[in-house]
Amino acid sequence: MIDKTTQDASTFVSQVDSAFLFIFGVALLFLFAITAVLVYYIFRYRKSKNPKATHIEGSTKLEIIWTVIPTILVLVMFSYGWQGWKSQKEVPDDAMQIKAIARMWSFAFEYENGIVTDTLIVPKDRPVKLDLKAMDVIHSMYIPAFRVKQDMVPGKESYIWFESEREGNYEVFCAEYCGLRHSYMMSAVKVIPEVDFDKWMEENTVAIDENNEGTNKRLAGVSVLRKYGCNACHTVDGSKLVGPSYKGILGSTRTVITDGVEREVFGDEEYIRRSIMDPNADVVKGYDQGLMLSYKDQITEQEIKDLLEYFQSLSE
Amino acid sequence: MSNHISETTTHVSFREEKGRYKGIFAWIFSTDHKRIGLLYLYAIVTFFLVGVSLGAAMKLELIAPGKTIMNPEAYNAIFTLHGVIMIFLVVVPGLPAVFGNFFLPIMIGAKDVAFPKLNLLSWWVYMVGAVIALSALFMGGGPPDTGWTFYAPYSFKTNTNMLPAVIGAFVLGFSSILTGINFIVTIHRLRAPGMTWFRLPLFPWTLYGTAWIQILATPIVGITLLMIVGERLFHIGFFDPALGGDPILYQHLFWIYSHPAVYIMILPAMGAISEIIPTFANKSIFGYKAIVISTLAIAFVGYFVWGHHMFTSGMSGTALYTFSFLTFLVAIPSAIKVFNWVGTLHKASIQLEPPFFWAASFLFVFMIGGLSGLALGALATNVHLHDTAFVVAHFHFIVFGGVGFAFMGAIHYWFPKIWGRMYNTKVATRGWIMFFIGFTTLYLPMFFLGIDGMPRRYYDYVDRFHGPNIISTIGSWVMIAGLIIILVNLIRGAKKGPKATKNPWGGKTLEWEVDSPPTLENFEEIPVIKRSPYDYR
Repeated sequence: MIDKTTQDASTFVSQVDSAFLFIFGVALLFLFAITAVLVYYIFRYRKSKNPKATHIEGSTKLEIIWTVIPTILVLVMFSYGWQGWKSQKEVPDDAMQIKAIARMWSFAFEYENGIVTDTLIVPKDRPVKLDLKAMDVIHSMYIPAFRVKQDMVPGKESYIWFESEREGNYEVFCAEYCGLRHSYMMSAVKVIPEVDFDKWMEENTVAIDENNEGTNKRLAGVSVLRKYGCNACHTVDGSKLVGPSYKGILGSTRTVITDGVEREVFGDEEYIRRSIMDPNADVVKGYDQGLMLSYKDQITEQEIKDLLEYFQSLSE
Repeated sequence: MSNHISETTTHVSFREEKGRYKGIFAWIFSTDHKRIGLLYLYAIVTFFLVGVSLGAAMKLELIAPGKTIMNPEAYNAIFTLHGVIMIFLVVVPGLPAVFGNFFLPIMIGAKDVAFPKLNLLSWWVYMVGAVIALSALFMGGGPPDTGWTFYAPYSFKTNTNMLPAVIGAFVLGFSSILTGINFIVTIHRLRAPGMTWFRLPLFPWTLYGTAWIQILATPIVGITLLMIVGERLFHIGFFDPALGGDPILYQHLFWIYSHPAVYIMILPAMGAISEIIPTFANKSIFGYKAIVISTLAIAFVGYFVWGHHMFTSGMSGTALYTFSFLTFLVAIPSAIKVFNWVGTLHKASIQLEPPFFWAASFLFVFMIGGLSGLALGALATNVHLHDTAFVVAHFHFIVFGGVGFAFMGAIHYWFPKIWGRMYNTKVATRGWIMFFIGFTTLYLPMFFLGIDGMPRRYYDYVDRFHGPNIISTIGSWVMIAGLIIILVNLIRGAKKGPKATKNPWGGKTLEWEVDSPPTLENFEEIPVIKRSPYDYR
């Protein structure tokens, strides 16, 4: 807050920051004034300097003064806070709608034309409404530079909106503790000029069509991984994260635990499908059960095919 | 029986009194409110040191981005345990259980609390609850990693061992309720003749307000925790959307208790400060009635502000501004108290001793805690600051700064009465300075981190947050060094310190008229009260 680089990152910044400055200013004033009086009294009326205390029991006049003044101040603070917040819930009618999906431990953004990204790309000077959805536990969409935050509660609809006035890259954090890799659950908002945005939209629609025709399977597989946030827990380079790596997953044998019993399985198409639809049936030894949720009814047949092609390329 | 003692001293202190049991049993089966108070003290200090060690480990991990000393599993478990131990085992019982038990009966001129056996039972229930909660550490699944708030549905999805922590907190609630009942009846029925309500000292007044919150709010968390048990064991869908439940309902139920619980923590702390300040100012407290009324106002309004923990959870706008408005109202009585405490020092004659230093620094850190809360009460700023390091800083300034400093002040103040000996005041002052510097260095940078956007409960962070985290970690070392000086000094004082007189500070409340340490029944004759508790004329 009160940082020059984010000054007009969103239209809310000035409102929120001025409310903050007012509250902070009043708070500092009181803190310094009361502390100064306190320290002065301690020096002025210490026993060696003032051996005899004067008997005073209180003063109704003072009590009234120091009840009324703080009351007025906090009511002003309340109304500042309320007004600054109200505009965050009044979404303009022409706002562009984007779906934001949170799962352990990644964000995904789905545009109206079907593009899915792991980074939020938005045009400058245009209101954007994010419809928030959580797949597993509570997450919270937090874009500090825009001063917006909203919890993403599974089974509940919620939204935020913003309009950015400055191009740039801004951090997105998950603000509600959501388990093991909570502190790694981040993304970014990329604010670009409207013309560039329209161009990007066009290009990507085309790219997806091409993928569907089977020209670039590798890209298609990567975009599926991004769409479902698989890479939050699985790597493609063989290193261990929350779940096993995809490298060499096809065509190798691994030890899994099925109903508490160890057994060997061969990594084939059936194994991959089972791991996506019923991830806790066979858990690779050395990894925790229960962390991955089923993607049944979410992932399409075409997407599984794309993934398999991609995994094949990782095993070569 | 040793005739020797009864011959040389007519007054046998409660520490030497021979009862039915010997050795440790003379303590853990004692129904004497003073021994029970000390049992709580030893237990709470032990848990506190465990909590401090966990906190120090977290700070060490955060000194640099990436892995420093532990992996994320360990970090998540440690901040959960730190919270559970500090809240449920240390701060909630805190001042009422230790100093309330020890001094409430003496300060109102009674021989004990109304129900001494119930009082002993409360301590046992507390210990059983603590053992159950801590057993989570050693049983399958590993320690819980949900945070002390146990938010649904994560708390139903995690494989860690969270049930013992929840059941432990449930049992601890009963200890709290029983103590509350005991104190209310004691204050209503056992005041010495002549002690009208407005002659009741301020520490008992705050215990009275606290006791009502304990009785009325604790059952709600009990029910909530039972619902979690039902959901985890029998899959009844209260909170988990996968079972048809509502996670926001959980948050409401949790905070309906846990917000008033903050006042369970802070009110007795304010009470202790209201005792220390007039004694060391050698002067009547300024605005006695205003302080009493603000105590009751805080206890009452404190029930209706729980929603301010949930401003970003998706509640309706009406709920948001109502809770925001009430939150600002509850700030006013706290401000009134601060003004009256400072006003007491006007034209006073101040003895500069360690308990007073703790009380004066309490005012400073409590003001930072309270004033930073204003930015969290306002909706626009709350949205940005909610669930960031700012909240952690605010909370620690109130609960560790407020309650912790008051506890330190109280133990230095009543030390000669409890142990009949005196600690080294110079060393105590040095320890206080060290602790104060460490404390502010530890928590002030967290305000900046939060304003800058660093979420709480973060194992790792982006580089931009590095600087303030280093300062904060260094602060934790200084603070712990101060804590060690303070503890060593107090332990040495209790064992070898010079004998203390009845009234070393010149206090006017009743505890300073009985022996140091007090006898088993406190008073040979119940006193008749004819003056205000702070009559320094």
